Amino acid sequence: MDIAEDLAKRQKEISIAEFFEKNKQILGFDSPQKALVMAVKEAVDNSLDACEDAKILPEINVTIERVEKDEYKLTVEDNGPGIVRREVPKVFGQFLYGSRFHAVRQTRGQQGIGISAVVLYGQLTTGKPVKIETKILSEDVGYSFELLIDTMKNRANVLREEPIIVKKKSGVKIEINLKGKYTKGRQSVIDYLQNTAIVNPHATIIFNDPDGLKIKYERVWDQPIEPPKETKPHPLGVEIGEIMKMVSQTNAKKVSTFLCSEFSRISTNLSIEICKKAGIDPNKDPKKLSLKEIKALQDSFKNVKILPPSPESLSPIGETLIKKGLKNVLGELKPSFYSIPVTRNPSVYGGNPFVVEAGLVYGGNIPQDEPVKILRFANRVPLLYQAGSCALTKAVENLDWRKYGLEQRGGQGIPVGPMIILIHIGSTRVPYTSEAKEAISEIPEIINELDLALKESARQIRTFLIKKEVKNKLTEKFFLVQKILPRIAEKSSMILQKPLPKLEPVITKIMNVVWVDEKVEQFKGYARIRVSISNFTPEIKNFNVYGDISEGKIDRGSIKPFGDYDEKKDYIFWEIKDLKPLEQMDFEFVVNDLKTDYGESVYYIEGIDPVHVVGAEPLPGDWNIESLRSIIEEEEEEENGEE
Amino acid sequence: MEKSRYELALESLKELVQRIYSQMESGEIPSMELPARTKYNIKLDLKSGVWKYGDAKILRTAKKIDGAYTLLRTMYMMDFIREMVEENKSSTLRELYYISEGWDLAKFHTQDESNKLAEDLEIVTRFLREDFKLRPEEDGATVIGNITFEEMNRRGKPQKINCRDDVGDAGYAIPYNVENEKLKIVDYDADFVLAIETGGMFDRLVENGYDEKARSILVHLKGQPARSTRRLLKRLNEELNLPVLVFTDGDPWSFRIYASVAYGAIKTAHLSEYLATPTAEFIGITSSDIVNYDLPTDKLNDKDIQALNAELTDPRFNTQFWKNEIELMLKLGKKAEQQALAKYGLNYVTDVYLPEKVSELGI
Repeated sequence: MDIAEDLAKRQKEISIAEFFEKNKQILGFDSPQKALVMAVKEAVDNSLDACEDAKILPEINVTIERVEKDEYKLTVEDNGPGIVRREVPKVFGQFLYGSRFHAVRQTRGQQGIGISAVVLYGQLTTGKPVKIETKILSEDVGYSFELLIDTMKNRANVLREEPIIVKKKSGVKIEINLKGKYTKGRQSVIDYLQNTAIVNPHATIIFNDPDGLKIKYERVWDQPIEPPKETKPHPLGVEIGEIMKMVSQTNAKKVSTFLCSEFSRISTNLSIEICKKAGIDPNKDPKKLSLKEIKALQDSFKNVKILPPSPESLSPIGETLIKKGLKNVLGELKPSFYSIPVTRNPSVYGGNPFVVEAGLVYGGNIPQDEPVKILRFANRVPLLYQAGSCALTKAVENLDWRKYGLEQRGGQGIPVGPMIILIHIGSTRVPYTSEAKEAISEIPEIINELDLALKESARQIRTFLIKKEVKNKLTEKFFLVQKILPRIAEKSSMILQKPLPKLEPVITKIMNVVWVDEKVEQFKGYARIRVSISNFTPEIKNFNVYGDISEGKIDRGSIKPFGDYDEKKDYIFWEIKDLKPLEQMDFEFVVNDLKTDYGESVYYIEGIDPVHVVGAEPLPGDWNIESLRSIIEEEEEEENGEE
Repeated sequence: MEKSRYELALESLKELVQRIYSQMESGEIPSMELPARTKYNIKLDLKSGVWKYGDAKILRTAKKIDGAYTLLRTMYMMDFIREMVEENKSSTLRELYYISEGWDLAKFHTQDESNKLAEDLEIVTRFLREDFKLRPEEDGATVIGNITFEEMNRRGKPQKINCRDDVGDAGYAIPYNVENEKLKIVDYDADFVLAIETGGMFDRLVENGYDEKARSILVHLKGQPARSTRRLLKRLNEELNLPVLVFTDGDPWSFRIYASVAYGAIKTAHLSEYLATPTAEFIGITSSDIVNYDLPTDKLNDKDIQALNAELTDPRFNTQFWKNEIELMLKLGKKAEQQALAKYGLNYVTDVYLPEKVSELGI
């Protein structure tokens, strides 16, 4: 027999099962622990995507039971729109099915390998079929399926299909048996679900683990996520193979209409210009384009002016939700600082739009002397593996965190300190380093955006740390003038047998600050704010103070003693007159309409050297860190170390 | 009646308290000025040939928490000294440290802190800590050789001790007070003084009878020498005109031992004139000895290298000799102990090494 014939025959016999077996690593099933995480990830990502499309607030129940020593049953149940009966065999029973046709938008699903790969993995390791229950809103009954994948034909082999009564309006429940290993800690199912909950604060996620542990992440945001808009591919973001596929499937009869209808950002005029540059007749039937001509078309994309892709297809998490998610999930660590999350403006790499976001939490019970924890996300999906080779990690490593007050050996590498960094990249095409889709490539445009997002966050940390240091210094000085100085006076007058000297002038000289201090008393839905303004300087002070609340509404009548309140600008104004050394003035007011616990107000001062004010910033808004710095540095001039 | 030196010292301390009190009374932040006690603030005093503090001052002020703590401790320490002078008691530096346990906020956290503060008071008042009724612990440094002291014993009687005939193998223990009132030099028969860093080497020289063989007085430094040891070396040098030779390990820390004997220590530069022996010679182990005698060595560790580099910016080591020594040691990356000489046998040090080195110096 002809060798080629023989080879062809053998090639045919390589089944989908064999393909899978050979490519287990590439697909992410390389260890039993990981297999379990991957299975949960595929199912949960699908549920979240489906809910988002249907504008439903997701509630997802994940249960893992131990069947045998290394065999588990995974059940994932959602309240999504459900899957239409006839689609079930394709979605679950056909390997690599379900890629959306030339529609470009940011979804979770594209991060993975597809739920059918999980079904196949389960089937290959246990021999058991997958069980699926689905109900859609428009039908009264749901359907229950049991199916296997026919690995030779890459098709579902439906073993059972029957209508069932389902109480809820809609949703999907799947049960898969698979070999794996259940662990806790790093890179575990819990780790994955926890991180998923952080970036999906609109979802309630419940997890029952095989050891009887039950974890519930309750939603803290009760509006569904707006799904990103689908757009057509951008000319600069497609590979030659894709153009060929598009050509073969288009209904357009002319090259110019093909370009206008299948791509975004191409107008009729532009399509003609592209054809001209490529030396192709715009009226030619696209199906008759040769490979060479298609290549010429692709080249001429680069030689005309095309608008960058629309960011509409992106779905950034946004400042509010990142903060809520972090608070919800990491709240038990009681961080002392949450940065205002940074959502960068959308940017473009190789014709693909992307957006970078970052958020930080600091302090509390986060370990002090361990490397900072980095939570990586792509399209709202946690990345748990290959941290070392990921652009998100490298962006952290390449920033000199020492400038921002953190410890970092040599100004490189992962900094050390009580901090957790969240980084998210959203894109219609996330550039992974490999098929396993676990790490992001170091693309210059992306690295640049990451760097800017991290720097913006790091500046907030620096401000926070400086404020904290100023506060510590102040506490230290209070201790100094209240405890140490009186003892020095006491002891010296005792040795000399003289009366105690008056210390007030010394105290004000040592302190030399005006202190604006706020205390918040939190009630349900409102908070009472007490502000005390103390003059610890040797001079009588006259100045103005503005109080700007961070959320809620000031109750006008509650301002005591009555201060001017500008309703439009939402701030309170006090004029401080003749505040003598060591005198204090107290104010209070109530803030209503609070959805969460009140954070802190910002105070601004006017008519006084801001260098000598702690707890308030100079007016106007843009406050001057340098003046705080100078206080700290002034302290450090004296008495240096000795040999 | 004439005031005792204790009373005079106390008066001086009270003046200091008065200054701080007056500052507070006039509404000023209390503070105290001191010479900066760092290697960057020591200057060679040409008249005496030793290193003393220069003009750089630091201000210890109650504006800052550390300064305030130190001023408070200063007050407590002065009060404690006043009590001792009035009650005719004295205490060791270690006792002082423990007594501060009862001082609440003013308590010391390490004995280094209390020792340093006692030195500060010496510097400011120009009295010695003994005048404040504070004394160091006996540190156990010893002498062997043909020299006779007359020591005032604790019954207040003078007692003659010959450091060769009247002592055991351990030698004569140097008391903390070696001033003439306590210790008189009566008689001696020797050509030079050999100050030895380690106990092991001191014992070796004693066993080999090097004191008699080489007509030398052996002084065991016990590492970084105490004030009394350095003071005694200076008296032997000045009063008896005996050359002082220093024999230490060959490492950066030993270089500093020699420097404190010959040039004065940075910590006690206010007393250099009284403690340092500018003509003292360094015998070894030198960096070149490591090469010339092919001695067994250890690798320099990070701290050693740091210390050597620090010495390169120490003005006391700013001579061609020391530059060469330090740079050679850095280049070799190695250090050697005195006892490494035993590689060539137990008698090598007394039969070969020391005679060679001593004759090099023309003694």
